[in-house]
Amino acid sequence: MAVNYSAKEEADGHPSGGVGVPGGGAVGGGGGGAVKTRKPDNTAFKQQRLPAWQPILTAGTVLPAFFIIGLIFIPIGIGIFVTSNNIREYEIDYTGTEPSSPCNKCLNVSWDSPCTCTINFTLEHSFESNVFMYYGLSNFYQNHRRYVKSRDDSQLNGDNRSLHNPSKECEPYRTNEDKPIAPCGAIANSMFNDTLELYRIDNDTRTPITLIKKGIAWWTDKNVKFRNPTGDGNNLTALFQGTTKPVNWPKPVYMLDTEPDNNGFINEDFIVWMRTAALPTFRKLYRLIERKNNYQPTLQAGKYSLDIAYNYPVHSFDGRKRMILSTISWMGGKNPFLGIAYITVGSICFFLGVVLLFIHHKYGNRNTSADIPN
Amino acid sequence: MSQGTAGGEGAPQVLPEGKERQRRGRRRKKKESKTRLVRSSLLLPEAEPEKSKRTVLACNQLKTTKYTALSFLPKNLFEQFHRLANVYFVFIALLNFVPAVNAFQPELALAPVLFILAVTAIKDLWEDYSRYRSDKEINHMECLVYSRNEKKYISRYWKEVKVGDFVQLRCNEIIPADILLLSSSDPDGLCHIETANLDGETNLKQRQVVRRFLELDSEFDPLKFTSVIECEKPNNDLSRFRGYIIHESGKRDGLFKENLLLRGCTIRNTEEVAGIVIYAGHETKALLNNNGPRYKRSKLERQMNADVLWCVLILLIMCLFSAIGHGLWVWQYGEKKKPIFDVPGPDGKYLSPVLASMYLFLTVIIVFQVLIPISLYVSIEIVKICQVYFIHQDKDLYDEETDSQLQCRALNITEDLGQVQFIFSDKTGTLTENKMVFRRCTVSGIEYSHDDNAKRLAMYQEPDSEEEEAAPKGGTLSQRDSICSHQSIKVIHRSQSTKTHRRTGSRAEAKRASILSKHTAFSSPMEKDIMPDPRLLEKVNECAKHLEVMRSHEQPLSYLSPELCDVFDFFIALTICNTVVVTAPNQPRQKVRDRFELKSPVKTIEDFIRRFTPSRLTSGSNSSSSSSLATSKSMHRFGLSVLSSTSTDSTLLKLEEKLAYSAQMNNNGYSSQQGRTAGAGAPEEGELRYEAESPDEAALVYAARAYNCSLVGRLSDQVSVELPHLGTLSFEVLHTLGFDSVRKRMSVVVRHPLTDEINVYTKGADSVVMDLLLPCSSDDPRGKHQKKIRSKTQNYLNLYAVDGLRTLCIAKRVLSKEEYGCWLKAHLEAESSIENREELLFQSALRIEKNLHLLGATGIEDRLQDGVPETIASLRKAGLQIWVLTGDKQETAVNIAYACKLLDHDEEIITLNAESPNFQETCAVLLEQCLQCVESKFSNNTIDGATGNMTVGFTPLYPPSSSVLSSLGLVIDGRTLAYALEPALEDKFLALAKRCRSVLCCRSTPLQKSMVVKLVRDKLKAMTLAIGDGANDVSMIQVADVGVGISGQEGMQAVMASDFAIPRFRHLEKLLLVHGHWCYSRLANMVLYFFYKNAMFVALLFWYQFYCGFSGSSMIDQWYLIFFNLFFSSLPQLITGVLDKDVPAEVLIAVPQLYKSGQNMEEYQPHMFWMNMIDAMYQSLVCFFIPYFTYYDSEVDIFSWGTPITTIALFTIILHLAIETKTWTFLHWSSCIFSIVLFFFVALVYNASCPVCHPPSNPYWTMERLMGDPMFYFTCIISPVVALLPRFLYRTLQGTLFPTQLQLGRQLSKLSPETRTQLLTKLNGKETMCQTQLFADSFFPSLGSNASDSYKADNQSTPLPTSPQTRESFFQEHAKAEHKPDQTAAASPQGALLYEGNKLPSSASSLERSMGFHEVRCGTAEVESLPVGTTFPWSSAVDQADFSLLKWITSTPLFSHIGTVLQVSSSSLQNETQDSMCVLGSSLQVDFKGLKEESSNNLQDKTKGTPTDHCKNDNSETTFL
Repeated sequence: MAVNYSAKEEADGHPSGGVGVPGGGAVGGGGGGAVKTRKPDNTAFKQQRLPAWQPILTAGTVLPAFFIIGLIFIPIGIGIFVTSNNIREYEIDYTGTEPSSPCNKCLNVSWDSPCTCTINFTLEHSFESNVFMYYGLSNFYQNHRRYVKSRDDSQLNGDNRSLHNPSKECEPYRTNEDKPIAPCGAIANSMFNDTLELYRIDNDTRTPITLIKKGIAWWTDKNVKFRNPTGDGNNLTALFQGTTKPVNWPKPVYMLDTEPDNNGFINEDFIVWMRTAALPTFRKLYRLIERKNNYQPTLQAGKYSLDIAYNYPVHSFDGRKRMILSTISWMGGKNPFLGIAYITVGSICFFLGVVLLFIHHKYGNRNTSADIPN
Repeated sequence: MSQGTAGGEGAPQVLPEGKERQRRGRRRKKKESKTRLVRSSLLLPEAEPEKSKRTVLACNQLKTTKYTALSFLPKNLFEQFHRLANVYFVFIALLNFVPAVNAFQPELALAPVLFILAVTAIKDLWEDYSRYRSDKEINHMECLVYSRNEKKYISRYWKEVKVGDFVQLRCNEIIPADILLLSSSDPDGLCHIETANLDGETNLKQRQVVRRFLELDSEFDPLKFTSVIECEKPNNDLSRFRGYIIHESGKRDGLFKENLLLRGCTIRNTEEVAGIVIYAGHETKALLNNNGPRYKRSKLERQMNADVLWCVLILLIMCLFSAIGHGLWVWQYGEKKKPIFDVPGPDGKYLSPVLASMYLFLTVIIVFQVLIPISLYVSIEIVKICQVYFIHQDKDLYDEETDSQLQCRALNITEDLGQVQFIFSDKTGTLTENKMVFRRCTVSGIEYSHDDNAKRLAMYQEPDSEEEEAAPKGGTLSQRDSICSHQSIKVIHRSQSTKTHRRTGSRAEAKRASILSKHTAFSSPMEKDIMPDPRLLEKVNECAKHLEVMRSHEQPLSYLSPELCDVFDFFIALTICNTVVVTAPNQPRQKVRDRFELKSPVKTIEDFIRRFTPSRLTSGSNSSSSSSLATSKSMHRFGLSVLSSTSTDSTLLKLEEKLAYSAQMNNNGYSSQQGRTAGAGAPEEGELRYEAESPDEAALVYAARAYNCSLVGRLSDQVSVELPHLGTLSFEVLHTLGFDSVRKRMSVVVRHPLTDEINVYTKGADSVVMDLLLPCSSDDPRGKHQKKIRSKTQNYLNLYAVDGLRTLCIAKRVLSKEEYGCWLKAHLEAESSIENREELLFQSALRIEKNLHLLGATGIEDRLQDGVPETIASLRKAGLQIWVLTGDKQETAVNIAYACKLLDHDEEIITLNAESPNFQETCAVLLEQCLQCVESKFSNNTIDGATGNMTVGFTPLYPPSSSVLSSLGLVIDGRTLAYALEPALEDKFLALAKRCRSVLCCRSTPLQKSMVVKLVRDKLKAMTLAIGDGANDVSMIQVADVGVGISGQEGMQAVMASDFAIPRFRHLEKLLLVHGHWCYSRLANMVLYFFYKNAMFVALLFWYQFYCGFSGSSMIDQWYLIFFNLFFSSLPQLITGVLDKDVPAEVLIAVPQLYKSGQNMEEYQPHMFWMNMIDAMYQSLVCFFIPYFTYYDSEVDIFSWGTPITTIALFTIILHLAIETKTWTFLHWSSCIFSIVLFFFVALVYNASCPVCHPPSNPYWTMERLMGDPMFYFTCIISPVVALLPRFLYRTLQGTLFPTQLQLGRQLSKLSPETRTQLLTKLNGKETMCQTQLFADSFFPSLGSNASDSYKADNQSTPLPTSPQTRESFFQEHAKAEHKPDQTAAASPQGALLYEGNKLPSSASSLERSMGFHEVRCGTAEVESLPVGTTFPWSSAVDQADFSLLKWITSTPLFSHIGTVLQVSSSSLQNETQDSMCVLGSSLQVDFKGLKEESSNNLQDKTKGTPTDHCKNDNSETTFL
């Protein structure tokens, strides 16, 4: 019995224990026969002697790091900067706030009263490769918390239940006149609906430029995330039966385009709009202009005119609307920032490396003697 | 007793108590009734079904679990919500369910809170389960309980034992409940129990059968037990039990703690006992005493909590800012022209700006909640548990001798170990071994020095040191080879070490043996084998011969010469005046039985008795006639009725009979023993073992045995002593007046078998015993002689104390029968009283312990523990101030303090002893004066001499020469301390004490100890550590911030009260310097990092608010946001928090100064929090704006932009940790890599899993797409680099240009061992210089004013020795110093010198001279600060120091003032310096140690001779220099 008891004591030696019979595991197990030593194991882990690397940050030890960073960053920066500079970009603000602007007349347009204006511009340089046509909005808070939430992904994914009974998140753009709105929510309701057309003016003749409207959305969005409701047949009108259009829209969702694979929820303009921008100044891909052949640049230098069906009101919140033509590179659109940043940081590091070298040279020796009175 | 009320407990008490029992383990606050009634359960009626409930209530089942399966969830949650943070987080999570303000998917927001709660709950559950298991094991132990049906004892589980049950216990069984002892197989009705489980004391304690049941002739039969026991309610006082047993006849007997067997103790030495259960289960005293680990909050945690509050404030400011911003943002669009992206409420109406901002405030609280680190508390808990684990596992904190290791009892104050500023230490058992060795004695004024004994002890010491050298060798061997076969090496090592032990027969082996067998407490060969002093031995023999002759010739004892008489009595007193129990090892725990049968009485003695007894009877007092003490059996049997009734003739007659009987018994014992000794006595004697409650008792008994006066048996009423020639004498013990700390003595009242006189032998502290001596008139020659003896003894006592011995005085008193009778009457009353029993007994003891006759005194050595001086030196170097609080007498304490280097011979000692009658004022004046003295030393002002009738022993024993230039030691005794601790004086006392390097409080009571600690803790706001081993240290241990118990000799009370228990004092060094430092630095860094991490992450979101109309939107996906802290970034910091080592252990030990970083809170200062916050802001700005500019005006969507930011933040955070991590093991690497991989893995899986599942965020395929985008990588590379550049640069520059001590220490560890030793010595030299510099600072108010805290602290520890001296005397001194450039050179207080020099910058010559002098000082200091014993080339050290010192001096601010003068004299100075250095170096090289000792001894003697007033001392100081 005594042996039993002392075994219990041993088990109780854990600090959090100590309940049970007092003195738990204090002075060895009483009359127990076998003497078990409590000596801790002499292992590297338990004795905290694991092999370790102990870097000491001194000028001498970190010198190489600074030089290496400098030497790597500067070339990268130059590369990025050059690439960015090679990108052609042309931007027109067509908001029409200036009285001289042709679109000034449309400034106070409302959703349902279309207004058209035409802006002529000249490209100084030709755009050699494929050109991406964007519309840009400024001061437009597509990242507003309630705005971002105001959508129903299930509905957009073609879920029939959500189609007729959209999520509450869509309030107050969930139903209109007791009919569910498809697509519901504030994002869809505020979809950009200006129409832009580009003409090349060649000796006073306007040649329309082919704008491709497919292939502007993410493949996954178009094929996975967004789907039209399913049902009998492919007639979208029937499938969207019982729903109503968003308040601001002139026509329902199934009439966004004539082509069936670009209509309804899988309309690419719609998909692009639904991907809410991160910052209040943003651009969204509107159309593609493909290079036709290898002999001609996609957009030659010269005069062009932009026809705008001005529907989208931005003046009320001091927004701006832009049309941007841009080629892209492997790193996306034109943005000199990153290149400059790399070059700057690289240079700073290199400079610091030199400073540290100097410091190391001057104070390093004293350092190794580890004997500096404060 | 009527059947109706007979129950397990008295019926009225059952119900209320039952209710109370619901709250198990809690202290019972209300007392419905003051007592409890216990009746035999056998009287209970048979029909029990309806009583089953009651049975449950009264049973012995142990239940320490907090929860049941059903109550776990609600109860645990309820407990967790006591923590404010949890409530906060749950509140925020619930806020998410409110649609107007929600920021995340509500269910998801609950996840982290639930996770945290679950982790804690699982931990609690696990703990509870292990408690349940251990409970079950205990509950199912078996014991014998009397069964009514079977009419015998049958085996039952412990949990089935009920109050009122009868339990039978056998030898070596553990007591299942608190049991009232009713029967014992021992004829005396005694029972021995071992209380090691309760208090760790391994000696046996006697328990006694309740009086009336002793008288039962037949075997105790539970069925016949009809008495009712009325006793106290269950309480946790182990040392008290009071109650009555009410017999059927209506008579009452008192019950005392001697009748109670406590649960958890073990029955020893007794074959069989039986008793009735009084308290069961949780009401037993053992369990009521058991309150689990305490919860202390560490200093770091308090600081951290303050910073958490700052975080809350920052959070609120951020939220307020966002809310106002949003209000403005909404307002700017006006009422009419609402933008299309501003979504109206569900009802289609827009919120007003004010309302919108109010809603937003709540929303952003949710979004920014991460700023208050949810996982902080959990992480800290995890880290601390791991730290505790590692401290546990440290083999350096394991003591092989006792097979014990460090125990952490408080889990949450590990980091406090790294910040300790004051150590309060007990002396006995903490600094010393608490193994008493008899060293010397003095009997009737003649000293017996026991030289052989000293030699023997020296021999013990040698093997010990030899062994110590051997042990580490073995250790390193096994360490080195541990890679291959660690197990076998260990075996070899063990066998090796045992071999060493056997060869040397060392103390260590003996101790181990004693631990293993555990049969003897406090005995080692060192204590046992005592070489008797030949002179004394001769006297003893002579004395014994005389006695024998006298006895055979029927001569009275008085013919013996007084000296021999004293010698005889002295040894008798040593032998019997104690509570030592004798055991024979062959039958462990079996008492040596010396019951003697009645045989024919010896005539001579019988005559004594005949003459003795009638006189007693004629004295008239019936109570006086009872010779046996209250605890003696004979009195119970015969004398009880006599005592209770009035004196009648018949009873007197009976009494006479009885007394004759008892006397016969004694005589028989005496005679029968005589025959026995011849045969078996001699060989058996060596086998006897003594078990004592305190080690010095055992030491004394062993010492007496060395003089052939050995204790052979002890029963409750008699002690058998074996004497040379006389054989065995049996002393009838009438009373034992136990030791208590107030009386500081113990006495036994015995009847002397030879003279039949009643003798009182008293043994106690000299200070008390000396006062109790019989006043002797100086007229008569005998009295003169006595006086002489006394003064001689007092002298020897002082001498012993100087040697650091514990002194005890032995005295005797012969009582006349009348005196005894008078006293006995009162004493018996006191004993039988129930209220105030202790107080009355105390008074009674005071009455008998007076008019003593001094026999002699003993000196017992309490050896220092291994490594104590080194540990103290090292701890002191670490900036710890060590106070020793001891109950010992001043001289002993001071000498131990010198022995363990607590006081230095070159320190000035201030002794505070208020001896005048009006203590209070004296004390005040005393303190005032000392303070003035000390302060004058700082300010160099002269003060007037002190007047008054007190002694201010201002004894500069030796002028300062060590690295700490001059230091003060304060010695204060208990009486003075009592007044110094009064509110009016405590400030002054503290002001004085904190200027002293070490403080020694002697003669202090436990309460005073705790008051001192409390005073320092509260007034100085310092971190205190108390270390002790005994019950008297408990209060101090509990009061201190960190309580350390030494699991040593004196039981477990200290350990139970402590936060950490270590086997030896020397382990404190590693515990504090290494583990304390590590824990502190790890945790401090982790906490700071935590704040940084969360602030940095939240700031990202905050910056985003500027670009989303302050709408509370977040670009970081809610999943990342919520789990970032919990999963992605938690592991590396935990690993770093557990394993990072800023400086390796060897360096921390070698350079104790590094510990100061913890004391000064260098790792976590308030400004560091803000620096980290600013850094976090900067880093978050970088991490936000680089992606911002990169993706400005692009087609990027929220999450495609937010995900890179998250990634960047993760990289930055982990790299930041990498910069802060000092030691990289594979665990660090893998945790960092794991975190990053985990993030990408989770992101990829999450982004690919489901396109519509996680509204409102819809990050489908984002990560996949990003990883195909080169811009993502470019952003992720540059941002962390830019973010961390400043910190990295700062760390680098700081490490290069202004390295902290810790960084230097780290660099030190990288060097080769040889260079390291060299540098270490140099570093020590540097320390000296730093301190010298501090002196300069302190003399310059302008410089001193902006000195940092650490400087100030150093100043305190290095007070200036400058006494008011004139310049002339100064240079006089200086001249002398030049003549003999040894230590004396260091004598002059350099500070004063500098001061002087500064005042007179024009006197170039004097300055030059003084400068030279100064050099000598520093040089000395440096050399001396080298560890003695290292084989370091002295001369080279001096050379090195030489130039560094010169360099330093020219750069000192002090000298920049007088730089021009210095320039002039510097060249000559250098020459002079070098010269003196050489001389110094060589002289030191030759005989450094000897020189120092010699001179210090001389000086000490001198000073002793002239203990003068302070002002006189100033003069004397100069004269003896």
